[in-house]
Amino acid sequence: MRSPASTTYLELLRLASPEAVVVISALVVLTIGLMSRGATVVAGVSPAKPPAGAAGIRLGRTSTGWCSLVAALGVVVAIAAVLMLPRNANLFGGMLVITPLASLFKIICLALAFFTVCLVRSEKSLRHPGEYLAIILMATVGLMLLVGSEELLMIFIGLELLGLSLYVMAAFDRTDVRSAEAGLKYFLFGSTSSAFTLFGISLIYGMSGSTGLAAISAKLATAPVQPLLATGIIMTLIGFAFKIAAAPFHLWAPDAYQGAPIPSAAFIASGSKVASFVVLGKIVLVGFGPVHGNAGWHAMVAGWSPVLAVLAALSILIGNLVALAQTNVRRLLAYSAVAHAGYTLLGLVAGNRDGFSATLFYTAVYAITLVGAFGVVAVVRSETGGDDLKNFSGLAARAPLLAGCMAVFMLSLAGIPPLAGFFGKFYLFSATLRAGGNYGLFWLIALALFGSFVSLYYYLIVLKAIFVDEPSLETSPSPDRSSSDLLQRITVTVLAAAILILGLMPDTLAARILAAVS
Amino acid sequence: MIAWTIYLTFAGAVAVLIFPGVAARWIALLTAVVGLVLGIVAFVCTPVSDLAHFMTIVSVPWVPSLGMNYHLAVDGVSLTMVLVTGISAVSTVLFSWDVDHRQREFFFWLLLVVGGCYGVFLSADLFLLFAFYELVIVPKYFLIAVFGSTNKEYGAMKLTLYSFFGGMLVFAGILVAYATAGTLDLNQLVQFPFSAQLQTWAFPVLFLGFAVLAGIWPLHTWAPTGHVAAPTAGSMLLAGIVMKLGAYAGLRVAMNLFPEGFHAWSKWIAILAVIGIVYAAAVALRQRDLKFVIGYSSVSHMGFVLLGLATANALGVSGAVLQMFSHGVIAALLFAVAGRMLYRRTHTRELDALSEMNLSHELPFAAFAFVIASAASMGIPGFSGFAAEITILIGAWKTYPIAVWITGAGMVLVAAFTLRALVKSFFGEVRMQTGRVSTDADWKEQPITLAEKCGACLLMLATLAVGLYPKFLLDRIMPAVEAMRFLK
Repeated sequence: MRSPASTTYLELLRLASPEAVVVISALVVLTIGLMSRGATVVAGVSPAKPPAGAAGIRLGRTSTGWCSLVAALGVVVAIAAVLMLPRNANLFGGMLVITPLASLFKIICLALAFFTVCLVRSEKSLRHPGEYLAIILMATVGLMLLVGSEELLMIFIGLELLGLSLYVMAAFDRTDVRSAEAGLKYFLFGSTSSAFTLFGISLIYGMSGSTGLAAISAKLATAPVQPLLATGIIMTLIGFAFKIAAAPFHLWAPDAYQGAPIPSAAFIASGSKVASFVVLGKIVLVGFGPVHGNAGWHAMVAGWSPVLAVLAALSILIGNLVALAQTNVRRLLAYSAVAHAGYTLLGLVAGNRDGFSATLFYTAVYAITLVGAFGVVAVVRSETGGDDLKNFSGLAARAPLLAGCMAVFMLSLAGIPPLAGFFGKFYLFSATLRAGGNYGLFWLIALALFGSFVSLYYYLIVLKAIFVDEPSLETSPSPDRSSSDLLQRITVTVLAAAILILGLMPDTLAARILAAVS
Repeated sequence: MIAWTIYLTFAGAVAVLIFPGVAARWIALLTAVVGLVLGIVAFVCTPVSDLAHFMTIVSVPWVPSLGMNYHLAVDGVSLTMVLVTGISAVSTVLFSWDVDHRQREFFFWLLLVVGGCYGVFLSADLFLLFAFYELVIVPKYFLIAVFGSTNKEYGAMKLTLYSFFGGMLVFAGILVAYATAGTLDLNQLVQFPFSAQLQTWAFPVLFLGFAVLAGIWPLHTWAPTGHVAAPTAGSMLLAGIVMKLGAYAGLRVAMNLFPEGFHAWSKWIAILAVIGIVYAAAVALRQRDLKFVIGYSSVSHMGFVLLGLATANALGVSGAVLQMFSHGVIAALLFAVAGRMLYRRTHTRELDALSEMNLSHELPFAAFAFVIASAASMGIPGFSGFAAEITILIGAWKTYPIAVWITGAGMVLVAAFTLRALVKSFFGEVRMQTGRVSTDADWKEQPITLAEKCGACLLMLATLAVGLYPKFLLDRIMPAVEAMRFLK
């Protein structure tokens, strides 16, 4: 470890260059957005001259193009910057760490941000795309801080940066009351959860005298578990349970997924979730490692692992059973997200290297799937004006490619081979079963398998609407099926191809994650 | 070489999507024929002694960090199943020749099912086998829900959920085996000494999961509704090969991995099998819809397969494999006649309505094919059904003499419902005074097409050939079965 004294600002800037690149591009995007917004307003105030108004709209649209181009470019440069980082570094006692794992997940988060930016390009309901894109980039910085820190305070700052950006993103569509509802609910739940986390962190700091994860772990290994410490751990876990939408702390998810603008929902479901799982894994495995406990059926020992096991079991049951009754695809995806949070927690319950890497693989695949699924929802919404199941009917006849991609996403979520979700489930469940000695965790596996069985039904209901049902609604193809629409279709196709490739050759990602988690 | 059946079938499925719709059926036919030819060549050319063991043909590391290999192997049992897959695939494509609604999609799903079946029969890695096994489930849903008939969405969903439920039980069993032994390779797993206590609870989970797909009583109810709802091609594939997946995997995985568990539970399997044979035959006797009759007859015949497996001796298990082949061919033929030759022309499957149509004169070829299929189904000597069922019963006599008595009674029921269906559908009394036949002219203009004749001839030839010379198959099945370690 380097001592802080020898760290120059140049050194710091070099190690934090990916974050710096994203921040700079956010500022540039904001500037472009503000400048072009002024132009649009000037052109828009003269209604007597329709040509000028049209020009203003066109100007606005080109500025959207510029903004998203700059944002995408910034993300790509940031990925390049991550690749050029040294393999290992540690600044300020864990505040900024660079490990293979952090780098890998920074890249994954940046890639998810990139695809979200691609979705923004064709979202027509957003008034101020410049600001929106800038906020997405700020949220991305939050993700990167979360992934690249092993210190509780820094993690909390990352969480807040991410959270505040996401609240704004959820409420961004001013024309839609549902968006406002989504933003408000997400904000209320999210800020409560932040309070829990902060309180928990303060208790842990009080008991261990440190906020660095490694130091906390060393302290916990020697001291016995005291009630106050248990309270601290549980409160921290509750904060994260809100973030990953694990039952019973999932109540914000359905409204946020359904009401928020689609890129926001996609980002909440993907990037935010991936980073939260990485951090949660680091906190429990590195920080709270010594108080693991045991979630085995006959060998229950107090610790964080039984707590996570209960959260996982509740999430799997509630998520899958409530999803059965949904008629809105976004709401259905939200409840399925609760169930998937439950599956993903299994790997953490296992509490070893295999389990953690299975969790990371699963959450990465899940995030890719959900961005793609929301991309399809966005197209359907712009063509039919809604995202209920009936809006999807007959999609296979209208847009075979999109229908095929949606089939890939849904079947991957259900865990059907040869898609990535199938391998992910096998990896996750086998790692969990092997971890609990004497099949102690079999009760969780059995529950998860039952959940998967139930889930196939509602995923098939979506696919039934797409492939089997006759079109029930008038469709109005958007007046300009232009480049933005094409971009959206390309994005969705690329994501579907990624799911297929990760399913056929899972080792491309799984081996990297396994190597990084060590 | 035999591994190419898998690659070519999936390549064909992709090609169907790429090329224009008109070419789809030709691509599908070409793929299926090449698969069948490969199967026959491999069957004839591989030395019989090589087929006694599960011989590796391809083994490539797939996910080294988890010990998963792309491992294919073949022995007499799996080669027999590959052969019946090829025969069913070719005849299915021929009987789907006139599908013109969303035909690319149709042949895509169809080839996925066929490719998945080839995969299951050749896999020697547990994860690979399970991947192919689950891969077959969803295409069936679309084949039935999009292209099916009576109550299709209900039938499709029921079938899919039953299959997936079985799949989840299998998943649990595989996870337990993997977590205990630390390997997924079937040839290594059969050597692994699982503890007796583990075997007694892991075997029923795994076997029941597979047996759902084989139509074990009382989890058989998906089969009749699924068969009825499915398009002809779907019923032919379902009865012809998909139901065999369950029985084959139960034999290859569950019984081989957990022999002690199998011995502890084999009596119960035999009981369920016998109940299935008698119960399904009795229910078939009361059905009005021709496809329901055939659907229940499938359950009844699959009961023979399960009974053969439960005997745990070489003769009974070999008979079960032979019955899988035989029933695959016969059921495909029955469904082809009922679903395609009759229904497309008469637009009814009601036995009472059919009996008034004098079909043996109107559609002599269909009548001929149905007579052959019925005879084979009843177990008339000279057809494959007889050879298979008599082998099973001889095997069962050594272990469960009582089961043989009850099954003998069941076979009378099988003959009864088959004859009833045959007489009602083709040789009913013609009521000339109603004049229905002469006015209903639209179907008379559609003679049996060449594609249908080719498909039916292939299936009839297969059942006759095996019936007359079962030794051809048994010579390859028996040594492979005798090499398995669960035999008593």
